[in-house]
Formats: sequence, structure tokens, C-alpha cells
Amino acid sequence: MHLHKYEKIWLIFGVGSLLLFLTIIGFGAFYKGLQPQSHMMTIDPENVEAYDAFKQENLGVTKVNDQKYIVNVVATAFNFDLGKNEDGTPLKEIRIPKGATVLFQVTTKDVVHGFSIAGTNVNMMVEPGYISSYETKLDKYGEFTLLCNEYCGLGHHLMSTKVEVY
Amino acid sequence: MINEKLQLTKKDTRLSMAFIYVAFISLLIGGLMGLLQTFVRSGALTLPWGINYYQILTVHGVILGLVLTTYFIIGFQYALMKKTVGITIKERKIAWIGFWIMLVGTIMTAVTILLGKASVLYTFYAPLKAHPAFYIGLALVIIGSWVACFVNFHQLFRWKKDNKGEKSPLLAFMVVINMLLWLIATLGVAATVIIQFIPWSLGYAETINVLVSRTLFWYFGHPLVYFWLLPAYMAWYAIIPKVIGGKIFSDSLARLSFVLFLMFSIPVGFHHQLTEPGIDPTWKFIQVVLTFMVIIPSLLTAFSMFATFEITGRRKGFTGLFGWFKHLPWKDVRFFAPMIGMLAFIPAGTGGIINASHQLNAVVHNTIWVTGHFHLTVATTVILTFFGVSYWLVPVLTGRKLTKKINNLGLIQTVVWAVGMSFMSGSMHIAGLLGAPRRSAYSTYGGTEQASDWIGYQIGQAIGGSILFIGILLMIYIFINLAFFAPKGNEEFPLAEEEKDAEPTPKFLENWKLWIGLTVVLILFAYTIPFIDIIVHSPAGSPPFDWPIGNQ
Amino acid sequence: MSDLPKKNKHSSLQKEDPNLRGTLISVLLLGTFIAVSWFGVFAIFVSR
Repeated sequence: MHLHKYEKIWLIFGVGSLLLFLTIIGFGAFYKGLQPQSHMMTIDPENVEAYDAFKQENLGVTKVNDQKYIVNVVATAFNFDLGKNEDGTPLKEIRIPKGATVLFQVTTKDVVHGFSIAGTNVNMMVEPGYISSYETKLDKYGEFTLLCNEYCGLGHHLMSTKVEVY
Repeated sequence: MINEKLQLTKKDTRLSMAFIYVAFISLLIGGLMGLLQTFVRSGALTLPWGINYYQILTVHGVILGLVLTTYFIIGFQYALMKKTVGITIKERKIAWIGFWIMLVGTIMTAVTILLGKASVLYTFYAPLKAHPAFYIGLALVIIGSWVACFVNFHQLFRWKKDNKGEKSPLLAFMVVINMLLWLIATLGVAATVIIQFIPWSLGYAETINVLVSRTLFWYFGHPLVYFWLLPAYMAWYAIIPKVIGGKIFSDSLARLSFVLFLMFSIPVGFHHQLTEPGIDPTWKFIQVVLTFMVIIPSLLTAFSMFATFEITGRRKGFTGLFGWFKHLPWKDVRFFAPMIGMLAFIPAGTGGIINASHQLNAVVHNTIWVTGHFHLTVATTVILTFFGVSYWLVPVLTGRKLTKKINNLGLIQTVVWAVGMSFMSGSMHIAGLLGAPRRSAYSTYGGTEQASDWIGYQIGQAIGGSILFIGILLMIYIFINLAFFAPKGNEEFPLAEEEKDAEPTPKFLENWKLWIGLTVVLILFAYTIPFIDIIVHSPAGSPPFDWPIGNQ
Repeated sequence: MSDLPKKNKHSSLQKEDPNLRGTLISVLLLGTFIAVSWFGVFAIFVSR
């Protein structure tokens, strides 16, 4: 098969670029540990409380120390359960100090949901029977939107919460 | 040499037109749904009569993504096969059986959605449960399309038997590759629909394995987009050169790129599941690498297209670096519409590379960027090429002529489409980078500032959507004209030829056993271990959930 | 590939490659567009 000289140049340039992209993301994934969310832990969706992180009292923001926070969330159609405050009203906001490392752990009791904090790299599928988890630093001040970004039913667009980075 | 056997008869044209009628009816219905969606999302409209946003979104996705495309492609491919390898009476009869099976399935699915019993969107992710008729209808569409696969395979097989040792006609080769791709890919979606969804929705199975169903769906979901794209590539490689008065740039390279598409478009489904739990990230990365392999034949195609244009232009005497480009037949809609489609594939393909880039996917996953992306690929590149084909194919099939007037209207239609899509897809891409989600009715998301920033882009989408709907109405008018009212005559069926002194095509490119064997090996390599892993480490299955979609 | 049926006699010398300078520049522009866009989104990923 005959290839025009310029076609060879183009293929070297094109395939070379693809290899460069792959090297960059491969380096990030395997050397720097920046894998996409791929948590392997399973859970019984009808009894998520059996798992410590998803006990009612452990939901929402937990401060481990000044630099480390954990956020546990149970998703159901059409709500993110962040636990309750002292007087029993459901919490509706997540507050995290800027620069702290945050581990998000999310599961669902019913259908597939999305867990996305717009404007950040927190963007996970949440599937029944699995725990989704992602650790990151929130480096910008401001108000962010945590929303469900996988269709979960007729109230899907109402499933959201504010995230405040202070 | 004109072969009597390869002339289109009334019976052939009726077969192709049956498919194409369904495609254009789908365009009108699906397009209207799209228009309504953009209005709802911008906050400008509330749907009457209790119709739900997600119901019309399901109609839009199913009818344009699955019905329009599949019907047009099969109708177009039957015409190509008849012109290159012929069709026997028996083959045609079987082809009709496939059409009717598909039609029954399509109507079943459509009615279920319209009754509000299947607002599950076209991806129908478990454990949302639609009415069983939705899944049974889908299964029938797939099974009916398999009939078309086997008819096309038999057509080429018969031709090869009658023409021993000869190279198969390029377009017949391409059709068979595309149908092989379709057959192998649909095995996955057929398996999940028939083995998992139907028994579960009927109540015979209590639970469904969600991750297995999603993995089988995306095993199908990515080759699906290549099943849409390859017929456009057929037109680019083997029809457009004739339209612009040139020759095929390279028969071998065209076949090579199709073979690469067959091999590398299937073992890549994980790049749609990059942010999912339960799948080993190393296997995700392996499929990302395989995804990058399927970019290579598109790089080859880009070169071949520009080269065809440049060689043709230079031969006509246009010199300079870009003289050939300026003097392309921009006023011939049979060229202009597909050409705009090709140009749209530059940003479309670029977006695809970004989507597939492993952890980078987190920036765009399930944002409206993705919607913007496939409205460039399938709803611009592919559909404008299909429109470009229709301008000559419909008159060929109905024994009419493409008039100057309709040609000019087609030019306007193409410009309208390009402008509308620039607004719509452009807004979608930007809003997506800001984090705005796809598949979402109008919402202020608790009044966050971010969400208020997205509204402007949603209005941009509504403006683009309205312009696109004008484009759809124009195209429907053009189609009706070409099908029923254009003057009778003989429109040319543009089949490009090779150069007289073209280098012979190497025989190995037609080694079907080799290509199918390699395809199977690659699929087994990419899927066996992670799939076993998914099954072995499965959580308890999910019962059906019908209340979230209002299907009690 | 010498065992293939010769469709036409290669009359004299090897055929000369056609002039495809415009094509080369076009595809290189295309490639540059891809690379710039990719690095743009990569930068967004890194900055978030």
C-alpha cells in the first residue's frame, strides 16, 4: 500500500500527539494516582447503615483534623441525605474550609445517581450496591452546586445542594 | 460498463424508500421534541397536559438516535448494495421481513413512551423500570436490523461466488463492514435487553445486575456511534469524489480505515463508564488506549478527503496553496451539505478525544458538554451527510430530478443548520465546562450563583434549537418535494471510480476471517477479565423502580 | 504485492506523487486545533 510522503508526516504528527496525550494521562493516573473514580467496595443498597460511614449519625461533613475532612452522603430519588443537625432538621449545605483535603463517600439506596460538584473535579456515578469515593482539595473560595447529573426520575433536576468553600 | 442487473427497479426503490420514509417522519417528530426541550430548559415554557420533560426527552433520543439513523442507514445501504452487487428476489423478500419486524418494534416502543410508561431516556439505565413493551419493542428493532445484516452479507457472498478472484466493490465492502460492526455490537444490547430487562420487567426475575447491564449497554453504545458515522464515511470516500468530478483518492486506504473501525470501535465501551465504581481503573485505561486507536482511521480519512479535493482542484487547473479549496463546487448541495458535515467533525472529533481521556473525563462527564459533543457528531456531521445523500438518492429512488430551486433551498438549509448548531452546540460546550448537567429539566438548583450563570447558555440553546427547527422544516419540505413533486427525470447515482492507473488494492484487505478474528480477539482481551471481575464482585441485584419515572 | 493481478501496465517510471501541500497544511492546522483544545481542557482539570 502506497502512502504519500505528506500522509506519513501527518500520521507521525497525529499518532505522536495521541501518544503524548496518553503519556500525560497515563503518568497522572499511575504515577500521581489521579485515577478516575473507580472505588471497588460493594454494599447492600437496602441496608446501607450496615456500613459505618452511612450510619445516620455519620452522614454529612466530619472533621478529621484541620487539614482533613470526610463527607458521607446517601443519595435517593430525589435527595442527597447529609444527616440532621441537633434539633433534627435535615442539613442542606456542605461547608468545607479552603485547601483542606476532602474525601467524598457516596452511595445510593435506590436507582443510579450522579454526584457532581460543578466547577470541581468531583464527578462520580453512584450505583446501587457500590460506594463511590473521591478525594480532592477544594482550592477556590465560593459557593458551588452539588447536583445529581445522571437521570434518576421525574424529580431529577430538583436533586441538588449547596457547597460552601470558606 | 452498465450492468443490467445493477439498475434500480421499482421493487428496489420501494424497499429503500420504505426505510427512508420512516427516517424523515422521525426527523419531524424528534426535531419537534428537541425544540420543546430547549424551551423548557431555558425556563420559557411549561409543557401542557401533564406532559413531562423527560418523556419528550426520551422520545427525542429514541426516535432520532435509534430510529432515524438506523432506518436511513439501512435504506441507503440497500440502495448501495443493489447498485454494486445486486439483489435477488429472495434477498429482497427477506429484507422486507426485516423492515416489518423493525416497524412493529418501533411502534411498540413509541406508543409505550407516549403513554408515559417509559420515561427512561434512550439509555434506559436499570434499575429504572419501564413497561415491558418498551424493551420488547427495542428487541424487535434490533432483531429486525439483524435481518438486514444477513441480507447484506449474503449479497456480497453471492457476488463473490459469481465473480471469483475479483475485488469486491468498495461500497459493498464498506456496507458489509458496517453491518458486521452492527451485528457484533448489538449482541451486547440484545443480551442485556432479552436476558436481563425483559424477564425483570415482566416480574420473572426479582433483581437485575445494574453494572452488568450498563457494561453490556456501553459495549454496544460506542460502536453504535460508528454505525452512524461509517455510512457518512462511505459517502465521503466513494460518492463525494464523483460529485466534485474527481476520483477515489485511494481504495486501499479507504478499506484499511474501515477495517480499523471494525476492530477498534468495539473494545472501548469503558470510556463511557470512566467515573463508575466497580470497574478496575487499569482496565479502564486499557480501553482508553484502544479508544485512541480508533482515532487513527479518522486521521487517515481527514487526509484522504483533503487530498481528494486538492488533486481534483489541481487537475482542473486551480493552482496556489488553496486555489483548489476556493473552487470546490460550493453551490452544489450534494457536496456542500456533506462538506459542512466534514468540517463539523473537526471540533466534534476533538471533543471526543477529550471525553475519552481517562481522568479528564471528570471535567465533562454527564455535563451538557457531552450533549453538545454528539449534536456535532451525529446531529451535524452524520445528519448533514445524510441530507447531502438524500438530495440525489431520493430523486433517484422516486424517478425525479433535483431542481435548481431545491438545490438552492438545500444550500440555505445547510447554512441554517450550521448557524443553529453553532449556537446550540457552542452554548452546550461552554455551559458543560462550567459544570451544567445534561438531561435535566429547568432548575435553579436551589438558587446558586453557578446555576444562574447557566441560564444564559440555556437561552443560547433555545435560540439555536429554534433555528435548527426551521432547518428541519426546510428539510421536510425538500424531502416531500423530492419524493412527490419534483419533475420526473433521471437523477445521477454518483458512484466514484478509482484512477485508471491506481495501485492495485492488496488482497489481505479482504481477508474477512483475519479481520473478524482480530476483532473478536480484541473484544475478548478488553472485556473478559474485567467482566468476570464485575460478576464475581457483584453486590446484591436491584429490584425494579417504577415510581421515579411515574410508571406505577 | 508483486503477485497481484496487474490491472494496468506501469507504463514507464514510478508515478510521481501528486502535489498535496495544501492538504498537508490543512491537516496540520486540524491537528493543532486538536492539541490546543486538549491541553485547554487538561489545564482546566489541573486547575480544579
